[in-house]
Amino acid sequence: MSVDSATVRRIAHLSRIAIEDSEVERLRGELNAILAFVETLSEVDVDGVEPLTSALPMQMKKRADVVTDGGIADEILANAPSREDHYFVVPKVIE
Amino acid sequence: MSDPTHLSLAEARDALTSKQLSAVELAQAHIDAISKSRALNCFITETPEFALAQARESDARIARGDARPLEGLPLGIKDLYCSKGVRTTAGSRILDDFTPTYESTVSANLLRDGAAMLGKLNLDEFAMGSSNETSAFGPVVSPWRRAADPDAKIVPGGSSGGSSSAVAARLCLGATATDTGGSIRQPAAFTGTVGIKPTYGRCSRWGIVAFASSLDQAGPITRTVRDAAIMLRSMAGHDPKDTTSVDAPVPDYEAAVGASVKGRRIGVPKEYRIDGMSAEIAALWDKGAAWLKDAGAEIVEISLPHTRYALPTYYIIAPAEASSNLARYDGVRYGRREQGRDVSEMYEKTRAAGFGPEVRRRIMIGTYVLSAGYYDAYYVRAQKVRSLIKRDFDEAFASGVDAVLTPATPSTAFAQGEKGSADPVEMYLNDVFTVTVNMAGLPGVAVPGGLAANGLPLGLQLIGKAFDEETLFSLAAAIERAAPKIELPQPWWREG
Repeated sequence: MSVDSATVRRIAHLSRIAIEDSEVERLRGELNAILAFVETLSEVDVDGVEPLTSALPMQMKKRADVVTDGGIADEILANAPSREDHYFVVPKVIE
Repeated sequence: MSDPTHLSLAEARDALTSKQLSAVELAQAHIDAISKSRALNCFITETPEFALAQARESDARIARGDARPLEGLPLGIKDLYCSKGVRTTAGSRILDDFTPTYESTVSANLLRDGAAMLGKLNLDEFAMGSSNETSAFGPVVSPWRRAADPDAKIVPGGSSGGSSSAVAARLCLGATATDTGGSIRQPAAFTGTVGIKPTYGRCSRWGIVAFASSLDQAGPITRTVRDAAIMLRSMAGHDPKDTTSVDAPVPDYEAAVGASVKGRRIGVPKEYRIDGMSAEIAALWDKGAAWLKDAGAEIVEISLPHTRYALPTYYIIAPAEASSNLARYDGVRYGRREQGRDVSEMYEKTRAAGFGPEVRRRIMIGTYVLSAGYYDAYYVRAQKVRSLIKRDFDEAFASGVDAVLTPATPSTAFAQGEKGSADPVEMYLNDVFTVTVNMAGLPGVAVPGGLAANGLPLGLQLIGKAFDEETLFSLAAAIERAAPKIELPQPWWREG
């Protein structure tokens, strides 16, 4: 499989990365080189093979559903590029 | 005492305990070395005051007989580990002046045990790279040089290139690193140092900037096998804040260094003898097997039939996980923000300006392989092949093999700009021998095997059973004893 320039633009938008028109061709070439490299996986017989979702078999740990943390709003906001009181500030979302 | 930066971590520990050396003297010697070695570009942030304050506390503790396991030992911390109150960059512009209000669990464990932090080490941006050339803070240079071409700037490997170069050049006694596809072992091999990626789950990932969460694992880079064992013991351990960290006791790894390897069965996988393998790498591999055999181990050929699919599998799974993990860099909660007319434009401009080309490329590949219509063909298929890669190792170990011996890298280090500029896949091939280990979640160690004809180090890799790092330390120590000693060139990188 390979990607065309419309797909490159669609992927960039899904990734929320702005790209210039002048970048599309170069990105298309780079992405297609990687896709060609991974194409070899199509020759592997994976019938009946379970996908590996955890590197080692382990039980998901559980704990009591109680609050163990919190009350650190100042710390959470300490690195925000724009803030007001205890709020993150972003451009207007709803007109 | 003559220059204490020439001590190993274990020797420095013993010199501090016997009061031949003070922790302040040891820290100051490293601070001076760092300040004269900026040509290597190992550190993004130096923290000399922090190191000296810790050293003064260490001297007080040693004086009152209250020394901790790593008391007074100065280390470098890869700038992927969050450091409380110290700017943490992940090698990226997008984190801007991000200053964590918390400490990563692994670095907190090292500080708990008395280590001192000299600073934050350079790395490939978000740990994506094999040469430390993708860092937003410039490439790191290796202290090693090619004999015939001494002016070429040699890469220290990646992504933990600041760690490997700083340890090789004696700017710190040891360094933390991380490994997602080879980022501890490949830089260790390129710089003649020792690097171990422990079993997935052995070290907590909490507070380490995430790349690909099912593959990422922390580990040390040091100058000796014993030093790696000492550091890993402090780094490892259960952490309730990482659900994938394993609740199991941490063995005394140092005790495994020097243990006999007599009767151990070492598998040599025939599929690693890849097309076009250089005669030099093949000879190194044979020597490694001979050294282990001389130490009493038994060498057997094994088969890991899905080896050739590991790297393509990695280049689906790792970007897929990265595209998800890196969605958090949106210009809202931390890091850089570019203004936009609306929230969407703000996201897109922030991420375009903040991420470098390799990171953008991987996010886009990851987004594509997870997108509707392609998810099964790429991502789910890759996860199935990952099962087969893991099964290969399971079967090899079930057949009675204790560990697997391979070369660590397909070549020696190269010079800046020599690889990957035309085709990103050319750079990816560096990890062909290391990436299988992350796929299977297993421990792997790179240990120096000598110098190539061009004067640069070569490394061997040992792969172990899950949570059997001790066998790897015993075997790596046997190789370390048998391999020719390698000597750094004169310190050309030092000013003054």
